[in-house]
Amino acid sequence: MRQSQIDTVRGISAEQFHRSLRGRRLVGKFAVIIFLFSTFIGLATLAALIIDVLIDGIPWIDWDFLSTYPSRHPEDAGLRSALFGTIWVAGLTALFTFPIGTATAIYLEEYAPRNRMTQFIELNITNLAGVPSIVYGLLGLAVFVSFLGMGRVVLAGALTLTLLVLPLLIVAGREAIRAVPDSYRQGSLALGATRWQTVRYVVLPSALPGILTGTILAMSRAIGEAAPVIAIAALVYVTFTPGHPFERFTVLPIQIFNWVSRPQADWQHVTAAAIIILLIVLLSMNAAAILLRDRFQRRSEE
Amino acid sequence: MATRLLSGNRAERGGEMAIHAVLLGASVISIATTVGIVFVLLSESLRFFDLVSVWDFLTGTVWTPLFRPAHFGVLPLVAGTVLVAGIAIIVAAPVGLFTAIFLSEYAPDRFRRIVKPMLEILAGVPTVVYGYFALTFVTPLLQRWLLPDMIIFNALSAGLVMGVMIIPIVSSLTEDAMLAVPRSLREAAYALGATKFEVATRVVTPAALSGIVAAVILGLSRAIGETMLVTIAAGATPRLTLNPTESVQTMTAYIVQVSFGETPQGTPVYYTIFSVGLLLFVMTLAMNILGQWVVRRWRQAY
Repeated sequence: MRQSQIDTVRGISAEQFHRSLRGRRLVGKFAVIIFLFSTFIGLATLAALIIDVLIDGIPWIDWDFLSTYPSRHPEDAGLRSALFGTIWVAGLTALFTFPIGTATAIYLEEYAPRNRMTQFIELNITNLAGVPSIVYGLLGLAVFVSFLGMGRVVLAGALTLTLLVLPLLIVAGREAIRAVPDSYRQGSLALGATRWQTVRYVVLPSALPGILTGTILAMSRAIGEAAPVIAIAALVYVTFTPGHPFERFTVLPIQIFNWVSRPQADWQHVTAAAIIILLIVLLSMNAAAILLRDRFQRRSEE
Repeated sequence: MATRLLSGNRAERGGEMAIHAVLLGASVISIATTVGIVFVLLSESLRFFDLVSVWDFLTGTVWTPLFRPAHFGVLPLVAGTVLVAGIAIIVAAPVGLFTAIFLSEYAPDRFRRIVKPMLEILAGVPTVVYGYFALTFVTPLLQRWLLPDMIIFNALSAGLVMGVMIIPIVSSLTEDAMLAVPRSLREAAYALGATKFEVATRVVTPAALSGIVAAVILGLSRAIGETMLVTIAAGATPRLTLNPTESVQTMTAYIVQVSFGETPQGTPVYYTIFSVGLLLFVMTLAMNILGQWVVRRWRQAY
């Protein structure tokens, strides 16, 4: 027994109790301030980061910055090749990720028997989500770039990012499918629909907004990733926009990394300007995902 | 008529089976990814270990693969990784825990609904952006007010910013664990005369302890695997030190440093990135498994 508990058992005077209660309440009030302060550390840092980037970068953003190629001179440097590279890579990644992720989610929720194999697949997906992204870069470098002989091209980058973001989409897709009420499935099966017809015409339409939200969030992760793409693309000086999936490329985060370590002050501004563009792309994708989720939630509540 | 119906059924059944096979095939991709990662890391590392013994690699204290004479002792990279991740978790564990306590026990619902998505943005900011922030904002700030002699690339800024970056991971997992503690426990404590602070720290926190420990372990694993932030802000000097004001190199930063130079396949340096990657993979996997085990082993069932 703790000392305080022994005192309670022995009995203490009312005066002693009230004095200690005042102390306990004071401790509580002090603690709330610390808890609230902690909550604001994250938010304050986010605010400082955004303000810092805006101050450094806003004056450098104009149409030329978006439409010209990188240059050795900061005042001429632009994002054209990085923007097109990001669009190419993200587009292909979405093209691969959406069907594979959705199919895996459908399999695990609607088809998979409850056995060791299924458990193993689930555990495997959980662990894949925790593998550092640079390790995916090594996988892509060894398999797509070297073994399959693709070279350091758009397709190799997109395939690597597909493997990286698949676990995210699978988890989101499974949640969306699980949220479809069982009565829908039973109704469909009772009407004589096969399992696949039930999935295709009943479950998927209801789960689609959730799956699309997951896809958008997975894409925003893919667009922000630099490490695995550097392992694939390397730090190359790209002054063209890729015209097909077998050309070399660069993406926004790599371009930012390329500029950030240059010591001259002007490069810092160019970097900040590129960061603003990247954050605008990501924020609008996240906003789209939130809007989609909200509309879906309202509809299902009706 | 009956035969037509039957044959239709057979065709339908064939179609169903084909779809089942396709869905299973998609799920197998995630297992193939794991197998691919393990195979690639092991096979390329084995070629490296033909040149350098495993023992020398794991216990050597000098890492100079790009110089002559080349030394391949990985400990400086491990020390750099542990140093930065250690600083990060010293920040993120208490701040994340306090944030979770505030959000789950104190904050009004409206406050939580605004603050939680903002904290999630913190987790969605690309790590190159954090690298820029650490290098151009936090380091100058520290140099100006606290450590005037500190060099530009240092473990401290990278660790501090990384700590803020993983706050949302720690706080959201912790908050989930706290929300799972039943109301009845809190009410029983209040009935015994406990203050709100005492309920939060002596009832809810111990009851959620397994979730909190798992959150910290997963946060640490994330910090170890983090790449771009440390590559940009912590430097590129493999050094066996625990002094946070010095420039260090982490395992992830080394992999990036080598891979953006397009090192030709077949050179010893090319194989080093896979052996460092293997060590990184084993470390993070072990921590992720430990985190899952802690949750399973000590979860209180209510």
